[in-house]
Amino acid sequence: MRFLLPVIIFVLLAGLLGWGLTRDPKEVPSPLIGKPAPEFTAPTLLDPSKTFSTRDYLGKVWVLNVWASWCVACRAEHEYVTQLANMNLVPVVGLDYKDTAADGRAWLGQLGNPYTVIPTDEKGQIGIDWGVYGVPETFLVDRNGMIAYKHIGPINADSLRDIIVPKIKELLK
Amino acid sequence: MKLANLRWLALLVLWLGLAWPAWSRIEALEFKNPQVEKDYYTLIDELRCLVCQNQNLKDSNADLAKDLRQQTYQMLQQGKSKQDVVDYMVARYGDFVLYRPPLKNSTLLLWVGPFVLLLLVLVLVLRRIRRNRSVEPPEPENLEQAHHLLADDEQKTT
Repeated sequence: MRFLLPVIIFVLLAGLLGWGLTRDPKEVPSPLIGKPAPEFTAPTLLDPSKTFSTRDYLGKVWVLNVWASWCVACRAEHEYVTQLANMNLVPVVGLDYKDTAADGRAWLGQLGNPYTVIPTDEKGQIGIDWGVYGVPETFLVDRNGMIAYKHIGPINADSLRDIIVPKIKELLK
Repeated sequence: MKLANLRWLALLVLWLGLAWPAWSRIEALEFKNPQVEKDYYTLIDELRCLVCQNQNLKDSNADLAKDLRQQTYQMLQQGKSKQDVVDYMVARYGDFVLYRPPLKNSTLLLWVGPFVLLLLVLVLVLRRIRRNRSVEPPEPENLEQAHHLLADDEQKTT
Protein backbone atom coordinates (compact mmCIF):
# COMPACT_ATOMS: atom_id res chain seq x y z
CA MET A 1 0.00 0.00 0.00
CA ARG A 2 2.83 2.37 0.92
CA PHE A 3 4.31 2.05 -2.54
CA LEU A 4 1.11 1.53 -4.42
CA LEU A 5 -0.42 4.87 -3.47
CA PRO A 6 2.19 7.10 -5.21
CA VAL A 7 1.97 4.86 -8.27
CA ILE A 8 -1.79 5.20 -8.39
CA ILE A 9 -1.56 8.97 -7.96
CA PHE A 10 1.04 9.15 -10.71
CA VAL A 11 -1.03 7.09 -13.13
CA LEU A 12 -4.15 9.16 -12.44
CA LEU A 13 -2.28 12.43 -12.86
CA ALA A 14 -0.56 11.23 -16.04
CA GLY A 15 -3.94 10.13 -17.41
CA LEU A 16 -5.51 13.49 -16.62
CA LEU A 17 -2.67 15.50 -18.12
CA GLY A 18 -2.50 13.20 -21.15
CA TRP A 19 -6.18 13.73 -21.76
CA GLY A 20 -5.61 17.45 -21.41
CA LEU A 21 -3.05 17.33 -24.19
CA THR A 22 -5.58 15.97 -26.66
CA ARG A 23 -7.87 18.94 -26.12
CA ASP A 24 -7.52 22.28 -27.84
CA PRO A 25 -7.62 25.09 -25.27
CA LYS A 26 -8.26 27.58 -28.07
CA GLU A 27 -11.70 26.07 -28.60
CA VAL A 28 -14.10 27.85 -26.33
CA PRO A 29 -17.52 26.17 -26.46
CA SER A 30 -20.08 28.66 -27.73
CA PRO A 31 -23.09 29.39 -25.53
CA LEU A 32 -25.00 30.23 -28.71
CA ILE A 33 -25.49 26.61 -29.78
CA GLY A 34 -29.21 25.89 -29.77
CA LYS A 35 -29.98 29.60 -29.43
CA PRO A 36 -31.44 31.87 -32.12
CA ALA A 37 -28.84 33.09 -34.57
CA PRO A 38 -28.30 36.82 -33.96
CA GLU A 39 -30.08 38.79 -36.66
CA PHE A 40 -28.25 41.28 -38.79
CA THR A 41 -28.61 43.23 -41.98
CA ALA A 42 -25.45 44.34 -43.75
CA PRO A 43 -24.34 45.64 -47.14
CA THR A 44 -22.85 43.04 -49.44
CA LEU A 45 -19.23 43.14 -50.49
CA LEU A 46 -19.68 42.86 -54.25
CA ASP A 47 -22.54 45.35 -54.46
CA PRO A 48 -22.72 47.68 -51.42
CA SER A 49 -26.05 49.07 -52.60
CA LYS A 50 -27.62 45.69 -51.85
CA THR A 51 -27.99 44.28 -48.37
CA PHE A 52 -28.07 40.83 -46.91
CA SER A 53 -30.43 40.06 -44.04
CA THR A 54 -30.56 36.92 -41.93
CA ARG A 55 -34.37 37.17 -42.22
CA ASP A 56 -34.11 36.27 -45.89
CA TYR A 57 -32.87 32.86 -44.83
CA LEU A 58 -35.48 32.04 -42.20
CA GLY A 59 -36.91 28.61 -42.89
CA LYS A 60 -33.74 27.53 -44.65
CA VAL A 61 -30.68 25.67 -43.49
CA TRP A 62 -27.62 27.80 -44.19
CA VAL A 63 -23.96 28.18 -43.38
CA LEU A 64 -22.25 31.32 -42.12
CA ASN A 65 -18.54 31.24 -42.77
CA VAL A 66 -16.63 34.10 -41.14
CA TRP A 67 -13.52 35.04 -43.10
CA ALA A 68 -11.19 37.95 -43.82
CA SER A 69 -8.50 38.73 -46.34
CA TRP A 70 -5.96 39.24 -43.52
CA CYS A 71 -6.68 35.82 -42.06
CA VAL A 72 -4.04 33.30 -43.00
CA ALA A 73 -6.01 30.23 -41.95
CA CYS A 74 -8.89 31.36 -44.18
CA ARG A 75 -6.62 30.91 -47.16
CA ALA A 76 -6.00 27.30 -46.12
CA GLU A 77 -9.71 26.77 -45.57
CA HIS A 78 -10.83 28.36 -48.84
CA GLU A 79 -10.46 25.16 -50.87
CA TYR A 80 -12.81 23.27 -48.53
CA VAL A 81 -15.35 26.05 -48.33
CA THR A 82 -15.37 25.95 -52.14
CA GLN A 83 -15.94 22.19 -52.03
CA LEU A 84 -18.82 22.67 -49.62
CA ALA A 85 -20.39 25.36 -51.80
CA ASN A 86 -20.03 23.21 -54.91
CA MET A 87 -22.03 20.43 -53.27
CA ASN A 88 -25.03 22.79 -53.54
CA LEU A 89 -26.48 21.49 -50.30
CA VAL A 90 -27.17 24.82 -48.63
CA PRO A 91 -26.36 28.50 -49.19
CA VAL A 92 -22.89 29.36 -47.91
CA VAL A 93 -22.86 32.93 -46.64
CA GLY A 94 -19.41 34.45 -46.22
CA LEU A 95 -19.17 37.18 -43.62
CA ASP A 96 -16.23 39.42 -44.48
CA TYR A 97 -15.05 40.23 -40.95
CA LYS A 98 -13.12 43.41 -40.09
CA ASP A 99 -11.86 43.83 -43.59
CA THR A 100 -11.79 46.58 -46.17
CA ALA A 101 -13.94 46.13 -49.25
CA ALA A 102 -10.94 46.50 -51.56
CA ASP A 103 -8.91 43.83 -49.75
CA GLY A 104 -11.87 41.50 -49.58
CA ARG A 105 -12.58 41.78 -53.29
CA ALA A 106 -8.92 41.33 -54.17
CA TRP A 107 -8.76 38.17 -52.06
CA LEU A 108 -11.80 36.70 -53.83
CA GLY A 109 -10.39 37.74 -57.17
CA GLN A 110 -7.25 35.82 -56.42
CA LEU A 111 -8.76 32.67 -54.90
CA GLY A 112 -12.26 32.60 -56.38
CA ASN A 113 -15.61 33.31 -54.77
CA PRO A 114 -17.35 30.27 -53.30
CA TYR A 115 -20.05 32.24 -51.47
CA THR A 116 -23.72 32.63 -52.26
CA VAL A 117 -23.67 36.10 -50.78
CA ILE A 118 -21.09 38.11 -48.80
CA PRO A 119 -22.28 40.50 -46.11
CA THR A 120 -19.60 42.79 -44.72
CA ASP A 121 -18.76 43.49 -41.09
CA GLU A 122 -16.13 46.19 -41.23
CA LYS A 123 -16.44 47.21 -37.58
CA GLY A 124 -16.69 43.68 -36.22
CA GLN A 125 -20.03 44.32 -34.51
CA ILE A 126 -21.76 41.35 -36.15
CA GLY A 127 -18.76 39.27 -35.14
CA ILE A 128 -19.21 40.23 -31.50
CA ASP A 129 -22.92 39.39 -31.68
CA TRP A 130 -22.11 35.95 -33.02
CA GLY A 131 -19.38 35.40 -30.44
CA VAL A 132 -16.62 35.31 -33.04
CA TYR A 133 -13.18 35.45 -31.48
CA GLY A 134 -10.90 33.93 -34.07
CA VAL A 135 -11.50 33.68 -37.77
CA PRO A 136 -12.20 31.45 -39.57
CA GLU A 137 -15.33 30.28 -37.81
CA THR A 138 -18.26 28.48 -39.38
CA PHE A 139 -21.83 28.34 -38.09
CA LEU A 140 -24.63 26.04 -39.18
CA VAL A 141 -28.09 27.58 -38.87
CA ASP A 142 -31.18 25.38 -38.95
CA ARG A 143 -34.66 25.98 -40.40
CA ASN A 144 -35.88 27.60 -37.19
CA GLY A 145 -33.06 30.12 -37.29
CA MET A 146 -31.16 28.40 -34.46
CA ILE A 147 -27.42 27.94 -34.42
CA ALA A 148 -27.00 24.19 -34.64
CA TYR A 149 -23.23 23.94 -34.71
CA LYS A 150 -20.11 26.06 -34.60
CA HIS A 151 -16.79 25.08 -36.07
CA ILE A 152 -13.84 27.03 -34.73
CA GLY A 153 -10.75 27.33 -36.88
CA PRO A 154 -10.19 26.32 -40.49
CA ILE A 155 -12.25 23.54 -42.06
CA ASN A 156 -10.07 20.84 -43.52
CA ALA A 157 -10.82 17.76 -45.63
CA ASP A 158 -11.50 15.63 -42.54
CA SER A 159 -13.75 18.03 -40.69
CA LEU A 160 -15.68 18.78 -43.88
CA ARG A 161 -16.32 15.11 -44.61
CA ASP A 162 -16.80 13.86 -41.05
CA ILE A 163 -18.50 16.76 -39.29
CA ILE A 164 -19.79 19.62 -41.43
CA VAL A 165 -21.43 17.70 -44.29
CA PRO A 166 -23.08 15.04 -42.07
CA LYS A 167 -24.44 17.76 -39.77
CA ILE A 168 -25.85 19.72 -42.71
CA LYS A 169 -27.48 16.58 -44.11
CA GLU A 170 -29.03 15.89 -40.74
CA LEU A 171 -30.44 19.43 -40.56
CA LEU A 172 -31.87 19.05 -44.06
CA LYS A 173 -33.80 15.89 -43.18
CA MET B 1 27.79 66.43 -17.57
CA LYS B 2 30.18 63.57 -17.51
CA LEU B 3 30.29 61.18 -20.40
CA ALA B 4 29.14 58.25 -18.25
CA ASN B 5 26.07 60.17 -17.14
CA LEU B 6 25.27 61.02 -20.72
CA ARG B 7 25.46 57.36 -21.61
CA TRP B 8 22.99 56.50 -18.89
CA LEU B 9 20.68 59.22 -20.11
CA ALA B 10 20.86 57.88 -23.65
CA LEU B 11 20.08 54.40 -22.37
CA LEU B 12 17.10 55.71 -20.41
CA VAL B 13 15.72 57.51 -23.45
CA LEU B 14 16.17 54.39 -25.55
CA TRP B 15 14.45 52.28 -22.92
CA LEU B 16 11.51 54.66 -22.67
CA GLY B 17 11.24 54.56 -26.42
CA LEU B 18 11.01 50.79 -26.33
CA ALA B 19 8.35 50.96 -23.64
CA TRP B 20 6.21 53.29 -25.71
CA PRO B 21 3.88 50.58 -27.10
CA ALA B 22 3.07 49.56 -23.54
CA TRP B 23 1.89 53.05 -22.71
CA SER B 24 -0.23 53.58 -25.75
CA ARG B 25 -1.98 50.27 -25.29
CA ILE B 26 -5.16 51.54 -23.66
CA GLU B 27 -7.20 54.12 -25.44
CA ALA B 28 -7.67 57.43 -23.72
CA LEU B 29 -11.35 57.69 -22.95
CA GLU B 30 -13.61 60.31 -21.51
CA PHE B 31 -16.25 59.15 -19.08
CA LYS B 32 -19.51 60.82 -18.26
CA ASN B 33 -18.96 60.31 -14.54
CA PRO B 34 -16.38 58.77 -12.18
CA GLN B 35 -18.59 55.76 -11.41
CA VAL B 36 -18.69 54.79 -15.08
CA GLU B 37 -14.93 55.11 -15.21
CA LYS B 38 -14.54 52.91 -12.16
CA ASP B 39 -16.92 50.30 -13.58
CA TYR B 40 -15.12 50.36 -16.90
CA TYR B 41 -11.73 49.62 -15.37
CA THR B 42 -13.19 46.92 -13.11
CA LEU B 43 -14.83 45.24 -16.08
CA ILE B 44 -11.88 45.26 -18.44
CA ASP B 45 -9.85 43.83 -15.57
CA GLU B 46 -12.28 40.97 -15.05
CA LEU B 47 -13.14 40.10 -18.65
CA ARG B 48 -10.92 37.76 -20.56
CA CYS B 49 -9.55 38.33 -24.03
CA LEU B 50 -10.61 35.26 -25.98
CA VAL B 51 -7.82 35.42 -28.50
CA CYS B 52 -4.93 35.50 -26.05
CA GLN B 53 -6.85 33.68 -23.31
CA ASN B 54 -4.42 34.34 -20.49
CA GLN B 55 -4.83 38.08 -20.62
CA ASN B 56 -7.71 40.27 -19.62
CA LEU B 57 -9.16 42.95 -21.86
CA LYS B 58 -7.06 45.59 -20.16
CA ASP B 59 -3.74 43.91 -20.82
CA SER B 60 -4.44 42.62 -24.27
CA ASN B 61 -3.55 44.40 -27.43
CA ALA B 62 -5.47 42.00 -29.66
CA ASP B 63 -7.95 43.45 -32.09
CA LEU B 64 -10.85 41.65 -30.50
CA ALA B 65 -9.88 42.93 -27.05
CA LYS B 66 -9.91 46.45 -28.42
CA ASP B 67 -13.40 45.89 -29.85
CA LEU B 68 -14.68 44.41 -26.62
CA ARG B 69 -13.23 47.31 -24.62
CA GLN B 70 -15.04 49.64 -26.98
CA GLN B 71 -18.25 47.67 -26.55
CA THR B 72 -17.89 47.79 -22.76
CA TYR B 73 -17.26 51.54 -22.87
CA GLN B 74 -20.25 52.23 -25.09
CA MET B 75 -22.63 50.14 -23.03
CA LEU B 76 -21.57 51.83 -19.78
CA GLN B 77 -21.79 55.29 -21.33
CA GLN B 78 -25.31 54.47 -22.48
CA GLY B 79 -26.20 53.90 -18.85
CA LYS B 80 -26.09 50.10 -18.82
CA SER B 81 -25.01 48.51 -15.55
CA LYS B 82 -21.93 46.39 -14.97
CA GLN B 83 -24.11 43.31 -14.80
CA ASP B 84 -25.65 44.17 -18.19
CA VAL B 85 -22.20 44.19 -19.75
CA VAL B 86 -21.25 40.92 -18.08
CA ASP B 87 -24.50 39.29 -19.26
CA TYR B 88 -23.91 40.58 -22.77
CA MET B 89 -20.42 39.07 -22.91
CA VAL B 90 -21.44 35.76 -21.33
CA ALA B 91 -24.34 35.37 -23.78
CA ARG B 92 -21.86 35.55 -26.64
CA TYR B 93 -18.67 34.02 -25.33
CA GLY B 94 -19.75 31.87 -22.37
CA ASP B 95 -18.49 31.79 -18.80
CA PHE B 96 -14.94 31.52 -20.08
CA VAL B 97 -14.96 35.26 -20.74
CA LEU B 98 -15.11 35.87 -16.99
CA TYR B 99 -12.01 35.69 -14.88
CA ARG B 100 -14.33 35.06 -11.93
CA PRO B 101 -16.81 32.54 -13.30
CA PRO B 102 -20.09 31.95 -11.43
CA LEU B 103 -20.45 28.91 -9.20
CA LYS B 104 -22.25 26.28 -11.28
CA ASN B 105 -22.06 22.54 -11.79
CA SER B 106 -19.62 23.01 -14.65
CA THR B 107 -17.36 25.30 -12.62
CA LEU B 108 -17.66 23.49 -9.29
CA LEU B 109 -14.31 21.72 -9.61
CA LEU B 110 -12.67 25.03 -10.43
CA TRP B 111 -13.98 26.65 -7.26
CA VAL B 112 -13.65 23.87 -4.71
CA GLY B 113 -10.74 21.93 -6.27
CA PRO B 114 -7.94 23.96 -4.62
CA PHE B 115 -9.59 23.72 -1.20
CA VAL B 116 -10.09 19.98 -1.56
CA LEU B 117 -6.40 19.63 -2.42
CA LEU B 118 -5.41 21.81 0.52
CA LEU B 119 -7.53 19.74 2.87
CA LEU B 120 -6.08 16.51 1.51
CA VAL B 121 -2.53 17.73 2.03
CA LEU B 122 -3.33 18.96 5.55
CA VAL B 123 -4.76 15.57 6.48
CA LEU B 124 -1.70 13.79 5.10
CA VAL B 125 0.71 16.12 6.90
CA LEU B 126 -1.15 15.84 10.23
CA ARG B 127 -1.18 12.06 9.98
CA ARG B 128 2.53 12.00 9.34
CA ILE B 129 3.27 14.34 12.26
CA ARG B 130 1.12 12.25 14.61
CA ARG B 131 2.84 9.04 13.52
CA ASN B 132 6.30 10.52 14.17
CA ARG B 133 5.23 11.71 17.60
CA SER B 134 4.06 8.36 18.94
CA VAL B 135 7.51 7.13 20.07
CA GLU B 136 7.81 3.71 21.69
CA PRO B 137 7.93 3.73 25.52
CA PRO B 138 11.51 3.48 26.94
CA GLU B 139 12.90 0.22 28.35
CA PRO B 140 12.38 -0.07 32.18
CA GLU B 141 16.12 -0.15 33.01
CA ASN B 142 16.79 2.93 30.87
CA LEU B 143 14.02 4.73 32.62
CA GLU B 144 15.47 3.73 36.00
CA GLN B 145 18.90 5.04 34.99
CA ALA B 146 17.42 8.31 33.82
CA HIS B 147 15.66 8.79 37.14
CA HIS B 148 18.92 8.15 39.00
CA LEU B 149 20.78 10.68 36.91
CA LEU B 150 18.09 13.26 37.43
CA ALA B 151 18.08 12.65 41.17
CA ASP B 152 21.91 13.04 41.26
CA ASP B 153 21.61 16.26 39.40
CA GLU B 154 19.06 17.62 41.82
CA GLN B 155 21.29 16.79 44.83
CA LYS B 156 24.20 18.64 43.26
CA THR B 157 22.31 21.80 42.59
CA THR B 158 20.65 22.01 45.99
